[in-house]
Amino acid sequence: MEIFDILVSASFWAAVLRIASPLIFATMGELICERAGVLNLGIEGIMVFGAFAGWMAVYAGLGLWPGVLVAFASGALFGLAHATLTVPFGLSQHVVGLGVTLLATSSAYYAYRLALPEVTSPPRIEPFQPLDIPVLSDIPFLGEALFSQTALTYLAFATVLIVALVLYRTPLGLALRAAGENPSAVEAQGLSVTAIRMGAVMVGSGMMAVGGAFLTMSAFSSFFFEMVNGRGWICIALVVFGAWMPGKALLGALLFAGFDALQIRMQQTPLGADIPYQVFLMVPYVLSILALVAMSRRAEVPAALMVPYNRGER
Amino acid sequence: MAARKTDTLDIARRRLLLGSAGAAAAAGLGLGPGRLFAQEQISVAGIYTVPVEQQWVSRIHIAAEAAREAGQITYTFSENTSNTDYPRVMREYAESGVKLIIGEIFGVEQEAREVVLDYPETAFLLGSSFMPDPAYPNLAVFDNYIQDASYLSGIIAGAMTQTGNIGMVGGFPIPEVNRLMHAFMAGVRETRPDATFQVSFIGSWFDPPKAKETAFAMIENGADLLYAERFGVSDAAQERGVLAIGNVIDTQADYPDTVVASAIWHFEPTLQAALARVADGSFEADNYGVYSFMKEGGCSLAPLGTFAGKVPQAALDLVAEKEAAIKAGSFTVEINDEEPKSS
Repeated sequence: MEIFDILVSASFWAAVLRIASPLIFATMGELICERAGVLNLGIEGIMVFGAFAGWMAVYAGLGLWPGVLVAFASGALFGLAHATLTVPFGLSQHVVGLGVTLLATSSAYYAYRLALPEVTSPPRIEPFQPLDIPVLSDIPFLGEALFSQTALTYLAFATVLIVALVLYRTPLGLALRAAGENPSAVEAQGLSVTAIRMGAVMVGSGMMAVGGAFLTMSAFSSFFFEMVNGRGWICIALVVFGAWMPGKALLGALLFAGFDALQIRMQQTPLGADIPYQVFLMVPYVLSILALVAMSRRAEVPAALMVPYNRGER
Repeated sequence: MAARKTDTLDIARRRLLLGSAGAAAAAGLGLGPGRLFAQEQISVAGIYTVPVEQQWVSRIHIAAEAAREAGQITYTFSENTSNTDYPRVMREYAESGVKLIIGEIFGVEQEAREVVLDYPETAFLLGSSFMPDPAYPNLAVFDNYIQDASYLSGIIAGAMTQTGNIGMVGGFPIPEVNRLMHAFMAGVRETRPDATFQVSFIGSWFDPPKAKETAFAMIENGADLLYAERFGVSDAAQERGVLAIGNVIDTQADYPDTVVASAIWHFEPTLQAALARVADGSFEADNYGVYSFMKEGGCSLAPLGTFAGKVPQAALDLVAEKEAAIKAGSFTVEINDEEPKSS
């Protein structure tokens, strides 16, 4: 009964979209990397740095959209570092990824302290505000549920569409997917596997950083060192959940956000008085793991994922 | 081993390891024992697991900075020290000859106690969930026992809520959080006996977006006043046009139309009590929590500021009456460390 009331409230669905947005950006970023054959465990740290860089740019007076670009560029730079080590040098993607996460996280904090040595409470910026879309926002229920979001949320959904179109409908997407499945075939076509993989990791990392920036520029208005709080790792799981397909990964992000929005509300129902709050906090993770098990059984892993490509080697 | 040479190297390296924040102060230490003018200053080091912007730690940092500016102490600090690194940093400061180390060991209770035993000449004043133990004679503990101020903020909250439905978002239900929530609720019931409370914990100290989402859910569920234990809650209140009560720090400047009142922690009495005992050599295992009580000046209700004139006079009279009684010792706010539940 209670659950039903929650599920039919427009504010619940609005919350789902809000919670899902940063996950969507970062999941799409990770998906691009992995489709090209590179597992990017730098995601968590890159999100932290993106959250910092975008916010800092706005705080420095650059404006919101330039801030998003700064976040993207900062992520792409860490992506370049990751790709340089993993693609031409062929180092362990696990080790490099975790290293990038540590480096990006610490760099964010170091830069934060250099820029703001003497603050007693974290400064705030004026974040993205919910857009009032003519007609659409006024539709009863749907207007509040779907069309009361900030521009970045709509950009997140647009990103899924763009990623899907590029991956499946362009020669570039074909080359990218081939780099993750059969890099020799890409080479045979006269294309550079190295360039494609490095490009994919840079663009993907940029998208992860925008996901982080969503937290400081839309969901909230100041930067906290630990605010990404494991969202990056969730996105790694979401890519697997989505079987490396953008549409399914989007569904996964929405599902996870849905469970999260639901558990927050369930805590205030009579159930919440009897069940420890930790159980509620666990729900999105447990259900996601179960869904992951069910969904990933038929998933096709990119054949060359985590396999370095050395030109001329058989 | 060439012991002497290694020693100098070690000291040099240690100085480097103190990090950028402590670098200036470390250079000061480098002047060595020949520095006569500093003899009355007590050297203090702070070790924090979070940035000094964090609400709780900021109160300690501000008190120490004030003592430094007053020429009372020399002060260096390491922030954002992970719990796994905490004992090492404690040792480095203790080895460097710091007289008093302040910080928080909620996540490293056991390891920190082991370190304390190795440096009997150093006084440790650390935030801890446990009581003082004579087995660790140089470790005194403290926490923000600001239930007096929380109680008074509750009285104001009870008078300001229209629906009587109050939302409370916390990080984790640890004693420090629980006792303030209970005191706040007791205060609310003074002016609004039929009030109901929504209580949630987000399982994180630093996830403002999540705290904000949780607060949104409470507002949608009828709350018209929020107890802002975490960053993010006041933002939700501001966006939806409901009120909030602050905790530990005064955030009204950032949310002028939202934050009605705040219970503020003052670390100064705690620090001063410790400094006095370090100076006269009587520092010992003790619970400094009492120095956060209102009668010690350890907590207060922030000025109403933008809400002056908007809070019913009857509530303010009750606040004044209770405040006087607390200070006189004729009224004690109950300390209840149990996990609060929704009602």
